[in-house]
Amino acid sequence: MPSMTGAELLIRLLERQEITTVAGIPGGTNLPIYDALGRSSRIRHVLARHEQGAAFMAQGMARSTGKPAVCMATSGPGATNLLTAIADAKLDSVPIVCITGQVPLGLVGTDAFQEMDIYGMSIPVTKHNYLVRSARELLHVIPEAFRIAASGRPGPVLVDIPKDIQCQSVTFDMLPAPGTPETSPDPDIDQLNRAAEMISRSRKPILYLGGGVTQSGASETATRLAEKNTLPSVMTLMGLGAMPHSHPLSLGMLGMHAAKHTNLALQECDLLIAAGVRFDDRATGRLEEFCPDADIIHIDIDPSELGKLKTDCVGIVCDVKTALEHLLANVQDKQRGEWVDRIATLKRDFPALLPKTASPLSPYGLVRHAAEYVGPDAIVTTDVGQHQMRAAQAYPVTRARQFLTSGGLGTMGFGLPAAIGAALAHPDRSVICFTGDGSLLMNIQELATAAEHNLNIKIVLADNRALGLVQQQQELFYENRKFASSYGNALDFTTIAKGFGIASADLANSEDPASDLRDILGSNGPALIRIPVNAAENVYPMVPPGAANTTMIEGAAND
Amino acid sequence: MISLENRVVLELNVNNHPGVMSHVCGLFARRAFNVEAILVLPLGGGETSRIQLLVNADQRLDQMVKQAEKLRDVHEVQVKEAAGSSFERMVQEYSAA
Ligand SMILES: Cc1ncc(C[n+]2csc(CCOP(=O)(O)OP(=O)(O)O)c2C)c(N)n1
Repeated sequence: MPSMTGAELLIRLLERQEITTVAGIPGGTNLPIYDALGRSSRIRHVLARHEQGAAFMAQGMARSTGKPAVCMATSGPGATNLLTAIADAKLDSVPIVCITGQVPLGLVGTDAFQEMDIYGMSIPVTKHNYLVRSARELLHVIPEAFRIAASGRPGPVLVDIPKDIQCQSVTFDMLPAPGTPETSPDPDIDQLNRAAEMISRSRKPILYLGGGVTQSGASETATRLAEKNTLPSVMTLMGLGAMPHSHPLSLGMLGMHAAKHTNLALQECDLLIAAGVRFDDRATGRLEEFCPDADIIHIDIDPSELGKLKTDCVGIVCDVKTALEHLLANVQDKQRGEWVDRIATLKRDFPALLPKTASPLSPYGLVRHAAEYVGPDAIVTTDVGQHQMRAAQAYPVTRARQFLTSGGLGTMGFGLPAAIGAALAHPDRSVICFTGDGSLLMNIQELATAAEHNLNIKIVLADNRALGLVQQQQELFYENRKFASSYGNALDFTTIAKGFGIASADLANSEDPASDLRDILGSNGPALIRIPVNAAENVYPMVPPGAANTTMIEGAAND
Repeated sequence: MISLENRVVLELNVNNHPGVMSHVCGLFARRAFNVEAILVLPLGGGETSRIQLLVNADQRLDQMVKQAEKLRDVHEVQVKEAAGSSFERMVQEYSAA
């Protein structure tokens, strides 16, 4: 009968989950785990510089692969530092397993040094969590944690392990089987047939694709369904990549920063086929006025999403891929000439406005040029702000799991550590991170991690010396009273990057910015490229918060 | 005296461990759904417990049931009438005191 400590058992169970990389930071109460981890030949540990960075690295791994990824922290401050990134994973349904050390069980509840009730604090931000009370419990808790993280609608799971439990020895007959995702429930075939009929009957349908399409691996099915029945398609921020950006049926992202033709088409549709979406207000605008003339079919694996915001839908609780495959088999081949013409007219009359893309120094141009130079295989991460929305509007995303961004929580500081995670999981690809100066500063310490591992990450910094998206709202909705949204001092980001041991370039000083950009993006290893942009340039179109999606503030024309 | 009118009882079968009440009460608190009264007892060998919650029967009830069903420590959720429940007797006792 094998006998080992709780910490050794944990590491064995992680190895059996095929975990090969763990990001984290050690401390007093997780040292037994680190001691066991150090003796593992199968798991590589990546030492983050901040626990939030470690959890976003796990997210980068999980979002780019679709499989649960692991991060670790010590009790107290280590554990609380994870929380923002866990909350981010909850809102975007990302499967991560966070393992925290805790003070010894006998001291729990005594305000011991670095004791914090991370079990209690993480309840609202996790899909499930555990406080482990004996080493033996690990035998079922760890496989279960992975099963829960990856099943149905994925999400973060936290496992808090007191230090004495890590040291306790445990004897057992056999290691448990690794935790794998539960099979999803059988769909209601009658409902699916009814949905297929509704699609056949509709004259102006639109397919509305969200993160659930990516999660269930349904992007190709969705594209084939759209092609077979000629369904113009919109995507949420989380759904970008569900259909290639360049696909003739793609209307791109919907909602607050959508192209005007996209929101206008939704206004006219008579059937909305919503797959793996949650009718977030950034996507729908004022809900009462969203798709006012449409019947709605809503497909989601999470029953609580059906009827949560839109109550009068045909709701189908189902894995999105299974549902779309059924629809694909049951809808007719259809051309929909009139609707396609109407969409073409809307596209012509209200084109996507991406001004000045010809210049690599313009806010949109830097996205387009960088995309061209890194090529379609690259993985993209963004931070949060104007640069994020511009990347979402302009980046030619070709596939699911290519465009990684913080959607639901909108967390500044996501981009760099998520890029590190993506690069760790995909050493064969390049990773490009679009960031702003405000966001980059939130996890800039992780430049050290990128440098240490010589990861192939290119950070494209649109530096406007401001919290651009905040200024934009102040200008538009607070009578231009800009307050606390610009930085009084200029930072020398290229020197900072060099200090971290990272190559850098400032395109402000470049005689041939396009060629310099191409060169540095083509180089090996990490690099930071600073591009100065004008803080006064807003992201348009924009639907004011709380307004209907048809109320769009428009920006400058294309040139 | 509190009224049972327009109220129902949510009956939850849950795992019995120290964190369960936090999970259940936290869910109702953060979704701003008031719990008027609460009753908990362990079942059988003490592995599981039954929680009864007296709540308003408003249009968000369905959503709250679905959310409660998502909790991993919750095995089953049933909606029952408030009349005839243990709460009816408690209301009488409390108002007599
Ligand atoms: C952690 C966090 N704090 C605050 C905000 C609010 N916020 C949203 S966008 C933004 C400004 C982002 O600035 P920057 O990263 O420089 O990007 P820009 O908009 O200038 O492109 C702020 C402060 C946030 N989303 N996340």
